[in-house]
Amino acid sequence: MTPKALHLAGKALLPLSAGVVLLLSLGGCFTERQNEGAKLYAAHCASCHGDQGQGLQRLIPPVAATDYIARHRADLPCIIRKGMKGPLTVNGVTYNQVMPGHEDLTDSQITNLLNFLQTNWGNQNQPYTIREASELLGRCNGSDGQ
Amino acid sequence: MMRLSAIRTALITALLAGGSLLPFACTEKPAESERLPILGIKHAAPTSPADTLPDPVPSFRLTNQEGKTITNQTFAGKVYVTDFFFATCPSICPKMQSELLRVYKQFDGNPNVLFLSHTIDPAHDSIPVLRDYAERLGVKDASRWHFATAPQDTIFSLAKAYMTGAEVDKGTPGGYAHDGAFALVDSQRRVRGVYDGMVKEQVDQLIHDLPLLLKEEAENKQTAAK
Repeated sequence: MTPKALHLAGKALLPLSAGVVLLLSLGGCFTERQNEGAKLYAAHCASCHGDQGQGLQRLIPPVAATDYIARHRADLPCIIRKGMKGPLTVNGVTYNQVMPGHEDLTDSQITNLLNFLQTNWGNQNQPYTIREASELLGRCNGSDGQ
Repeated sequence: MMRLSAIRTALITALLAGGSLLPFACTEKPAESERLPILGIKHAAPTSPADTLPDPVPSFRLTNQEGKTITNQTFAGKVYVTDFFFATCPSICPKMQSELLRVYKQFDGNPNVLFLSHTIDPAHDSIPVLRDYAERLGVKDASRWHFATAPQDTIFSLAKAYMTGAEVDKGTPGGYAHDGAFALVDSQRRVRGVYDGMVKEQVDQLIHDLPLLLKEEAENKQTAAK
């Protein structure tokens, strides 16, 4: 190859490689967010509710395949934000434990977390938009607008 | 000259022979490896030069979920697994207790293996609360798995003796910091293993180690009977 041909080839490659870099960095953005719900569940919920959402005997209610998640769809954002206490019934079993709140999560993180639960492990419910979750969080003054 | 080379040959032969034994020393498992170590710290002054064993678990007096008093005597002739928890613990306890439940189920039919969970929040975890917790966890037989309470300083000093961390920490969710360790204790009040109850592989190790200790206990009983 002559030096000139090399130069030309280099010129042609430059935009191509820039495109590849751009694509890769975009891919980085998407994949990081894609499993956010599952990652948040593993970090904040799995220790009590189980790594498959199975709960723990009659101490901790399951979140997998439960009527509660479908029936209390509108309450769930505030339950995650503020926690809850006192008896509740899930799939016909009464539980009575303390669940801590999560002031450390943003509205969008709560949305991703709940969407993961609403569409996995035998739950087939409508997911939330971030705007909807923020509105629902507003009911308990729990929206951080992020 | 002849003598010198003979010595050299003998030396080389000896070295070779010694060297060929070395791999055996490394690979051959000594019989003691099937015996669990005795863990702990020796605080008391030795009574003789041979007295190097760590301090045994101190005498204790606790109350279980049925309101019955339990002491070291409750565990006489048995081995037990112990941990520290509290009923309203929002962080590691559920995971930890579900792992201990796995061990409990594994040794379900064995009356020589007992379980002892201490509450580190005796102010909240009254006897009815402990009973409810045990029942909800699926433990119906209180004589197999005790959920016990005592004054808090008693519990904390016992936690030290079992080499598990437990203390008041207002910065932790729930107000108590503890490390989720399980201690395996033999019939001589000695800690023979400490396992992280949050790590499945370590709990598997405990399930593996328990029969070794039971075997040793059975052998000791036979020797004592002779």
